[in-house]
Amino acid sequence: MIRLSNIEKRFGDLTVLKGVSVTVAEGRVTALIGPSGGGKSTLLRCINLLEIPTSGTVRIGEEELSFQPGGKPGWKDIQRLRGQTGMVFQNFQLFPHRTAVENVMEGLVTVQKWPAEKARDRAMALLRKVGMDHKADAWPATLSGGQQQRVAIARALAPSPRVLLCDEPTSALDPELSGEVVEVLGTLAAEGTTMVMATHDLRLASRIAHEVVFLDAGQVVESGPSQTLFSHPTRERTQRFIATLTQQGQQGEGV
Amino acid sequence: MLHWLTLMADSLPSLLWAALVFTVPLTLASFALGLVVGLAAAVVRLFGPAPLAAIVRFYVWIIRGTPLLVQLFLIFYGLPSAGIVLDAFPAALIGFTLNVGAYTSEIIRAVIGSVPKGQWEAAYSIGMSWSQAMRRTILPQAARVAVPPLSNSFISLVKDTSLAAAITVPELFQAAQRIVATSYEPLILYVEAALIYLALSSVLSALQVRLEKRLNQYGGFLEAKS
Repeated sequence: MIRLSNIEKRFGDLTVLKGVSVTVAEGRVTALIGPSGGGKSTLLRCINLLEIPTSGTVRIGEEELSFQPGGKPGWKDIQRLRGQTGMVFQNFQLFPHRTAVENVMEGLVTVQKWPAEKARDRAMALLRKVGMDHKADAWPATLSGGQQQRVAIARALAPSPRVLLCDEPTSALDPELSGEVVEVLGTLAAEGTTMVMATHDLRLASRIAHEVVFLDAGQVVESGPSQTLFSHPTRERTQRFIATLTQQGQQGEGV
Repeated sequence: MLHWLTLMADSLPSLLWAALVFTVPLTLASFALGLVVGLAAAVVRLFGPAPLAAIVRFYVWIIRGTPLLVQLFLIFYGLPSAGIVLDAFPAALIGFTLNVGAYTSEIIRAVIGSVPKGQWEAAYSIGMSWSQAMRRTILPQAARVAVPPLSNSFISLVKDTSLAAAITVPELFQAAQRIVATSYEPLILYVEAALIYLALSSVLSALQVRLEKRLNQYGGFLEAKS
């Protein structure tokens, strides 16, 4: 279980998250949706501490860490929590100087000190899972965006994280390429991978997410099972936002 | 004409010897040490505490703002008055190292900064520590961008070592000066010395090209593409 309690994040005078609490059950997929600047990416990055919350508590499984304004968490504590997570980025962020399979091996070899052969076996298995084993020795620069993102998903999964965090995993891709990424994420979801994703992609959210959390202006406006929230949002703000997403989606499909 | 060729041929062994024993080792050693100084200085400027970063800024300001020849004179002729007496070669080595360190620190600072921030985050996201991220992810990418400007520094350094002649290091240029003093043929001897410097820098340029090719194999930074 992942529990974010009362997360507040301030950048100088700007308060991006105003006491957000979200609980994610094991084996479930939660989509964070909302307008740009609403805080969904920041919230996601607070889970693996790429952003350190100003205050609040982050709990992942047995590991828990609390934050206070002015207090800086220790490196060991950050690693303890971050080790429970894997992350997929909007712009993939593969290591360009390593081949696809080396990208996936990197965490296992460098951080977990696995022998190279064992790491390669696991990396190949993961590449097969995302349909990229035939490109194992390719340089990232030679892969399409969708292929890069699939390798990035394999890299994030390599250390067997308790939760996979996806930050706008399809936003940098055209509809066709994002389709192959949605498919891979859908397979993972069906296998019971716990995921939290920040997304604008209605197709991704409605197809994969079990729960949806709608964030606006740093606060949770509404949350609930994705079916209910997408078809019968109760808050007027949520209705308006979902209406715009649906419009965009239809235009996108039409093209 | 024949006289000139004979003079060139006769003086070649002593010039080459001076290059081999002094110019080349001085260049290699001060560049290697200077890179270490430059990397440390760059890391302090980028990531270190403010007081340390201020000291590094001061160091770079002094070295870049004063002539190399004056720095060498200060170390070799000036420091003895402060009770620090150095032989000519170590004095030159220290002077060139400090010089290379200051200039390369600016290059290294820029190329480390040129690696996209997302690469740090990707490295952290798979559990890397700062030093693992630096060593495994950031520096290899920065190195590729750094090769052309660092090669410039390296090639400048080969030629700058001729200044060591002024503090009595018997390197290539001083060897030429000595032969001029007895043969009275400055044109021939200095052309010959220039040609040897040219040959040395050409070797370095060729190495630069090969290194760039090797580092370019993966095609550079990734842009988000769809």
